[in-house]
Amino acid sequence: MSGSAILVLSPPLAEQIRAHGAETYPNECCGALLGRDGESWREVKELFPLVNRRGDSPGNRFSITPEDFRAAEQAARERGLDVVGWYHSHPDHPPLPSEYDREHAWPWYSYVIVSVEKNQAKQLRSWRLADDRMRFVPEEVAVELRLPAAREASSNR
Amino acid sequence: MTVKVIIPTPLRPYAGKQESLDCNAKTVGEALHKLTSQFGELEKHLYTDDGRIRSFVNVYLNDEDIRYLEKEKTQTKDGDTISIVPSIAGGAAR
Repeated sequence: MSGSAILVLSPPLAEQIRAHGAETYPNECCGALLGRDGESWREVKELFPLVNRRGDSPGNRFSITPEDFRAAEQAARERGLDVVGWYHSHPDHPPLPSEYDREHAWPWYSYVIVSVEKNQAKQLRSWRLADDRMRFVPEEVAVELRLPAAREASSNR
Repeated sequence: MTVKVIIPTPLRPYAGKQESLDCNAKTVGEALHKLTSQFGELEKHLYTDDGRIRSFVNVYLNDEDIRYLEKEKTQTKDGDTISIVPSIAGGAAR
């Protein structure tokens, strides 16, 4: 898998994803993760909530059109950020990628999934597609960015 | 015909980290095949095993979706831009 291995997602942003999932329940929510990609970490700085365009089966499918994709990229550019991934909810289903998720996934992006049970958002996990497209790999989610330099500075205080 | 192919962020790691590539091609399909010939790892992300462009891969010639033109047989002219634009989809396993 190319790229970084840790997704930094602050508690308020994680809470926003959970709230979006609860709001659209029993349908799936979706949106873009705007942030910065580093060598060993990827930090989400902002969310860009989107409308699930999958009108025929919104309870177990989500769809982000090319137009919405471009809007998310534009929003990221305006903020000096990149689209580093996407989030969606699994109503009454665990936050594990489905076969359908895998078949439609792009490499490199972080895919955050939140499970929502009976209107209550529960577990949140992040995944990255393996280079060979055969599976998703779990991505560690950290609540804050911890750079070695920052740790060193704080230990010298 | 020299055309520019814009590579989306998630595919750049498989294309020498380039944002775009210039190539000589008479059709959109020829340009995409030149891209995957040069960067073999891109092929599985753009095409299905039976050689069709994946459903969530959208290809635009300038601002037109090639599905509404002649698809991969759409002819190009000098200075055209081909953009690969993702759709994002998924959902729970039910």
